[in-house]
Amino acid sequence: MLELSCNARRGSFHLQIECRLASEWTVIFGPSGAGKSTLLRLIAGLDLTGPALADPARPESARVVLDGRPLTESARNLWLKPGHRQTSMVAQQPALFPHLTVAANIAYGINQLDHASRTARVEEMLELVDGQGLIARRSQDLSGGEAQRVALARALAPRPRLLLLDEPFSALDGAASDALLVRLQAWAIEHHVQTVMATHDATDALATAAEVALLHEGRLAALGPAAEVLDTERDRLQRRLAGR
Amino acid sequence: MERTSAEPKDLHFVFASNERPTQFALSLPLPGNPSQTHYSYPMDWQALALTLKLATVTTAILLAVAVPLAALLVLGRSRWLAALEALAALPLVLPPTVLGFFLLVLLGTRTAFGRGLTAVLGHPLAFSFGGLVVGSVIYSLPFAVQPLVAGFAAIDSSLVDAARLLGASPVRLTKTLLVPLARRSLVAAAVLSFLHTMGEFGVVLMLGGDIPGATRTLSIVLYNQVENFDYAAANRTAAILLAMSAIALAAIYLGGRPRGGRRA
Repeated sequence: MLELSCNARRGSFHLQIECRLASEWTVIFGPSGAGKSTLLRLIAGLDLTGPALADPARPESARVVLDGRPLTESARNLWLKPGHRQTSMVAQQPALFPHLTVAANIAYGINQLDHASRTARVEEMLELVDGQGLIARRSQDLSGGEAQRVALARALAPRPRLLLLDEPFSALDGAASDALLVRLQAWAIEHHVQTVMATHDATDALATAAEVALLHEGRLAALGPAAEVLDTERDRLQRRLAGR
Repeated sequence: MERTSAEPKDLHFVFASNERPTQFALSLPLPGNPSQTHYSYPMDWQALALTLKLATVTTAILLAVAVPLAALLVLGRSRWLAALEALAALPLVLPPTVLGFFLLVLLGTRTAFGRGLTAVLGHPLAFSFGGLVVGSVIYSLPFAVQPLVAGFAAIDSSLVDAARLLGASPVRLTKTLLVPLARRSLVAAAVLSFLHTMGEFGVVLMLGGDIPGATRTLSIVLYNQVENFDYAAANRTAAILLAMSAIALAAIYLGGRPRGGRRA
């Protein structure tokens, strides 16, 4: 269960959200500029958050609670560091460390494990993303699709409690993306990893989500079962087209 | 000036403008014209060795200080860090003599701090090699910090975010990500610090004076040579400083230049 409450401004953009995401797999759906990435970064503790009083990026108020554990609570000046949130994130840009091999990239977040466990985990994650042949490659030599697979494997390796996906398969073709999404969903459910995926693609939302949060200009327009929310959105778009 | 024998055995007193003997010298033939000789200092190997030692020690300390400082300036979010950054850049615009004077007063026996330090070390830090190292580290700090800040800041922020999400502490992030990805900036910081220390004069003179083997560096030697109108020796000393700077900078720029040019 992920509880969110946020009131933050960045320039002219205003993110104002209050919701509870109870489903193990939630899709945040909305057009570009709706605030999807900003919301995910807030949850991850990357943006609009910080312990320093002088931090100019601080939101007016923010509260992020994962399974009853507060990650951010501005009222108490609590801002857990990104690495202390049991949260992983995969963004559109894979952001692999270019000077490291694929194996070293995936192992980066599990350096507390012994060597044998680390190697086994790296192989397991590469198998999950169908990237077994990539293990010894240099990350800067990978194609866009390969890099996204490796980025996903790296994010999953620490077995996070919460997985945030920000249009993570944009470089993969439709069939490969669907296949990976199905495998990932099965893995996440098996390992009890709550997943929040941001997308502007309605097919992604329909294909996977039990729950969809519809975001518009920094505000939550709807939250509920995928078909229901997408029907509402379709009606809204039809009304808008008819009104022209 | 009277001509002297080209034999290097001949020793002469060289008189400065105040008519006091200041230095023994050997007369050496000028390069390219064996018949022409000139009152001249011998090559001051001791000063060269001391200068290289000072530059090496200073560079090592500077890198150890500047890497974490630059990482803090780049990774930190507090507005107060702007004050720290300004402080670290201050020696760029501060006249070296001013810095040297402040350090001379601070490290000498006029202040409680200086007296305490003297009691601990058994001698005043001013007018010693240790004092020169302190002065050089402060004076060359911006030459180490600024290339590193530029190098660290140029690293894609999504890489830093990824490392933070994977639980990297600031120390690990610096060690495993910032430093390897900003290797060129690290080399530039080291070379600039080294060269800047080699050529520093005002701080050295104020804080160290001119003690052979302890505080007399090549730039002090050069000053003495010019003051004594010994331009041949001054030429040689200046040429050494110039050559070292030119070679090191050429190496940096050649290493940093993309194959095929910058617009390739």
